[in-house]
This record gives sequence, C-alpha cells and structure tokens, in this order.
Amino acid sequence: MTVIQEFEKHPLAKYLRAERFPHIWCEGCGDGIILHCFVKALDDLAVDIDKFVVVSGIGCIGRAAGYVKCDSFHTTHGRPIALATGIKLANPKLTVAVLSGDGDLFAIGGNHFIHAARRNVDLTVICSNNFNYGMTGGQSGPTTPLDSYTTTTPYGNIEHPFNLVHLAAAAGSVYVARWTVLHVRRLAESIKKALRKKGFKFIEVISPCPEIYGRRNKLGKAIDIMKLYRQISEIRHGYDPAKAEITREKIVVGEFIDIEKPTYGELLQKQFIKIQQKLSEG
Amino acid sequence: MVSQREVLTGKHLMQGDVACAEGAIAAGCKFFAGYPITPATEIAERMARRMIEVNGMFVQMEDELASMAAIIGASWAGAKAMTATSGPGFSLMQENIGLAVMTETPCVVVNVMRGAPSTGQPTEGAQQDVMQSKWGSHGDYSIIALAPASVQEMFDLTIECFNLAETYRAPTFLLADGFTGHLWERVVIPSPEEIKIVERKKPVVSPDKYMPFKPDEDLVPPMACFGEGYCVHVTGLTHDELGYPKTTDPKVQHKLVNRLCEKMRKNANRIVRTYESMLEDAEVAVIAYGIPSRASLNAVKKARESGIKAGLLRLVTVWPFPEKQIEELATRVNAIVVPEMNCGQIVREVERVAKETPVHLLSKIGGELHSPSEIFEAIRRAAGI
Repeated sequence: MTVIQEFEKHPLAKYLRAERFPHIWCEGCGDGIILHCFVKALDDLAVDIDKFVVVSGIGCIGRAAGYVKCDSFHTTHGRPIALATGIKLANPKLTVAVLSGDGDLFAIGGNHFIHAARRNVDLTVICSNNFNYGMTGGQSGPTTPLDSYTTTTPYGNIEHPFNLVHLAAAAGSVYVARWTVLHVRRLAESIKKALRKKGFKFIEVISPCPEIYGRRNKLGKAIDIMKLYRQISEIRHGYDPAKAEITREKIVVGEFIDIEKPTYGELLQKQFIKIQQKLSEG
Repeated sequence: MVSQREVLTGKHLMQGDVACAEGAIAAGCKFFAGYPITPATEIAERMARRMIEVNGMFVQMEDELASMAAIIGASWAGAKAMTATSGPGFSLMQENIGLAVMTETPCVVVNVMRGAPSTGQPTEGAQQDVMQSKWGSHGDYSIIALAPASVQEMFDLTIECFNLAETYRAPTFLLADGFTGHLWERVVIPSPEEIKIVERKKPVVSPDKYMPFKPDEDLVPPMACFGEGYCVHVTGLTHDELGYPKTTDPKVQHKLVNRLCEKMRKNANRIVRTYESMLEDAEVAVIAYGIPSRASLNAVKKARESGIKAGLLRLVTVWPFPEKQIEELATRVNAIVVPEMNCGQIVREVERVAKETPVHLLSKIGGELHSPSEIFEAIRRAAGI
C-alpha cells in the first residue's frame, strides 16, 4: 500500500490534498490539531466544498491553505483578510475562512483585521496563537507574553501583548471564542458554529510551539504544554473578553461574544434592491 | 454582453478620472476596491455611485495594501477587478502587485501620477512612477502599462487595460497623470456592440486533469476561478504547474520566473501600440508618452513650418517597451528628443535601444506641462540649428 493509499483511508482524507503530505509542521505543533478540527467541522456540516475557500497568510499555520482540498489562497504576509474580503464580496455564494497566525493577523495584518471586523464582512477567522514567529525561528510578536524569551527578546520581552479576544470584540466581531488545542471537540464545535453564523467571526486557538517558543521558555515537551493547558485553562462562556487576558496562571477559554448584527453583504443587498428599484422606475 | 446602463453611449463633457471609471464599467469591471487619494479620488467616487447600478461591487478599503489584496481576491472569485491610486498608494500596492504577478491574476491598477517622491505634490501631475511601474515590486517580472494622453484615452485605454489584463493574466497599469485625470474634455462613448471586450481564457479540461499554472503556447495558463469546482491552490511562493509550492528546486523557479518575464516579451508584438506622426522623412524624432505628447505634436508641426524635418513617435504602450519600433526609428533619424515630466526615466530605455543615435532629454518637473515652444527649441537644438 502506498503512502497516499494509506492516507486516503483516513475518514477526513477527502478534505486534504494527500500529495502534499507529510506537512511541514514540527513534532508537537498544535497546527495539525487545528487543521483536524477545521476539516472535522467541514465534514460535520457537510459543506459544499466546491463553494468553500480557505485563505491564509504567511507563517506555520499559513501552509494549511495548501493542505485543504478546496479552492485556497496562500497570500502575502498579513493580507489574508483583505484578500478574503475581495473574494467574499465579489462572489457572496462562496463561504470563506481565514486560517492564520498571531503575527500575520495582528502585527503586519492588524489593520485589516480590525477593519474587516468593523465592516462585519462575512468571514470566519481562525488564529493559531503560538506566542511567537515560529517559521522564522522564534522572534517575539504581538502576543508574546511579558518577560518571555525569544530570539529578538533575548533579555525578556518588555512589550505588553494583545488580548486578541478583547481586540476582536472591540472591533466589532459578532462571534468571539478562545480555545486551546487541548479542547478539540469544543474547538470543532466552535468552528461549526462560526461557519453557520453570518458576519465576522473570530476564534483564537492557543497552540503549542514546543520546538521553538517552548524550548526557549522551558515549557517542556508538547505533552507538558498540553498538561499545562489542562491545569490553567478555565471555561467561562459569556465572560468579559476585556478581562480574559492570558497569564501564566490562567487561560480563560470559551465563547465570549455571540451577537447578531447586519453584515456588510446584507446591508449592501438592501441598498442594491433600493437602487435597482429606483432605476427601474426611471 | 454589456447593457446600456453599463455603457453611456453618446458624447459627453467628462473629467479624465470619470472617463476612466466609465471605461472600466464598459470593459465589464464588476469589482472596485480603493482608498481616497489625490488626484485619483474621483475614480473611486464615480465607482461608488456607479458600481451598484451595474450590479458591481464597490468597497472602500482601509489602505492601498488592502485595496490591492481585495482586487486580487475578487479576480480569483471571477470578477474583472480594478483599483485606482496615485504615487503614495502605488508604493503601498507594490507588495501585492508582486503577488498578482506571481499568481497571474488579471487586474487593472490605475496610477494617476502626481509630483513625488513621498507625499510630494498631491495636486500636480507628473510622470515620475514610470520605472516604479516596471520594477516597483521585488524580483524579476513583466507587466503591461499604457499611458493615456487625453480624456478620451482615459476611457479607451482603461478598456484596453482590462482586455490586456484578462488576455495575459497580469496586473496591467493605466499610467495616467494628475493633469489628464483632472482634465475636462469631450469623450465619445461608442455603443456596446462597438466596444471590444476580452474575457479570460478558461480551462477546457476536467478538474482532475487541470493544471492551474500550465501555460498554453502563448505562455498564458487558462484560469479556473474559485467556486468553479477546480480546487485550485494559489500561492505567492514559487510553485509548479499544479500550483504547489516548490521553493528549493532551482528548475521550478527558473521555469516559472522566466515564463513570467517571457510572457510579455513573446507577446510584445500583439501588445505594443504606438502612433507615428510625420516620421516618414524625419531627421529629428520626438518620443513622448502621456500628456507631453500633445505639446510634442504641436512642436513637431511648428518645426515643420520652420523647415526642420521633425516627427513624433507617441508611445501608447510604455511597458513592454516598444523596442522594435524605436530601434528601427533610431536608424532613420539623426537625433531623438524625449520630453518627460520627471528627471529622466523612459529616456534611459530610449538610449539603450537607440544605441549610437544621440538622445536628448527634455525634463520637466514641478507641476507645469511642457510648452510646445520648449519642445520646439529642443528639436531645434537637436537638429543643430
């Protein structure tokens, strides 16, 4: 049996490009779990895969766009949300999801994130937050905790990190959740919920980077990091995202925001009908 | 294909920027993303009013990085897409212009050039981004750029930009300037049947046999868009013909990047358009593009009246550079004069191609157009009179 034949025995194989495996992620990386939860959600929802588009930016999780078996775009660094906005607005029949990392979405791409959230473009954005730039060898980023060690904070990080769920909520996201890769079932359910909901949805996934961030900060192996998640994570649905800062002692997870608000597409459609009516009346 | 609402057939007094927007709509543009900037803002304003009327999409993005990204996304979602800007925004767009080149995304970028560098002269026209339009993004690549010289051409050449972008699957630039963008002139808009519209080449094979980046003989691959069932993966990384990243194989990089450059070189004969006036027996040739070509024509006529055998070669296509035409012209004339609204950009290309024939730059920056008499004087000097 060839590797591809072996691969295709997997129940979720039809959502993945077998010929692209093995993937590039390090042993113990959480991105594989996120990808698994993502395709599991697609399968549970029985999405029309021909009308589904995955967009990603640059970084480790960015490669996920090349692994999913659907139309997909691996963009320039920081721009997946802007590009996804173009796709969704040009063809509203497509369902568009963005899979990217904390550096891509919140440092170089921060402006696109807040504005897409403000516009309430119908996108599902999933952020793999591993607290550093893994692909380039472990530099500090916008979510790196204070005092952490990275290659660009060799004496400890002196920058305050973003609280991503607070940022997303403040910018106008209609759905905001946070999970760790330990919460596989809840994460998959959360992705399903986001995909079913209209508007700008945001899910932060805390993901281990044992080879790079973990090693420098003496967090142990992937299994130790997973144990840590179990120890310090606390599920609190409806919790105020402003208070959900990640600390060494506690990671609050759950669904923080779940509201209804007209999407950009819906408001545009209303306007479109009005204008067309006016035009036909001459 | 296009309806009466999309083509405002008739004679109009129109502003250059507005004519550009109308040209885009007539060409079948269904997606516009942009960010306000002088002197290109009127294009976005016109599109904001008009796109909704023609079942198109207008979105004002947060910056030009996003505008360029959005039109790439829209193009892959199947829409003819455009953005419009000026120098500072054009600089921001360079990143994703490179992405459009690498992913062979048909799209149109209008640059209504203004005095630069940096914030420069927002309200003054210039031609300072000519080299940037060719080389602005990192790496080796080729694009198409057209330079309109009138409000009529703001309309006509915008349509041509769409046709070329869709034919060659590359970002295509309308290199206008602030003067032409803000100029009001008569525009004649033909009937829809008279307007030639090109649609992108689609795959003729089934999805399982489709290789998204395998070119046909013209070096252009047929394009399946998102939602059409072809399961396309698109990446800015060096990729093989299936579209998959192959970043360490020298052969893949060599083949891809050479094709991206070769695509325009090989098709240059079909792309390049120039206009000749009074060149048959000319001893001095003026080579101009964009708005200075109008004063140039005037100056050439004046030179003829005073007995100097002068002529004009007007470049409608700036990139790919009309090498053959200029090379041939250089063998026939004694001198060439190049008026440009910059410190000398296209003149370098002319010098490269003209070889031994003397080339005289007539540079003008600051926000004033060349006057016919200035160009006439330059012709006179070049003629040795």
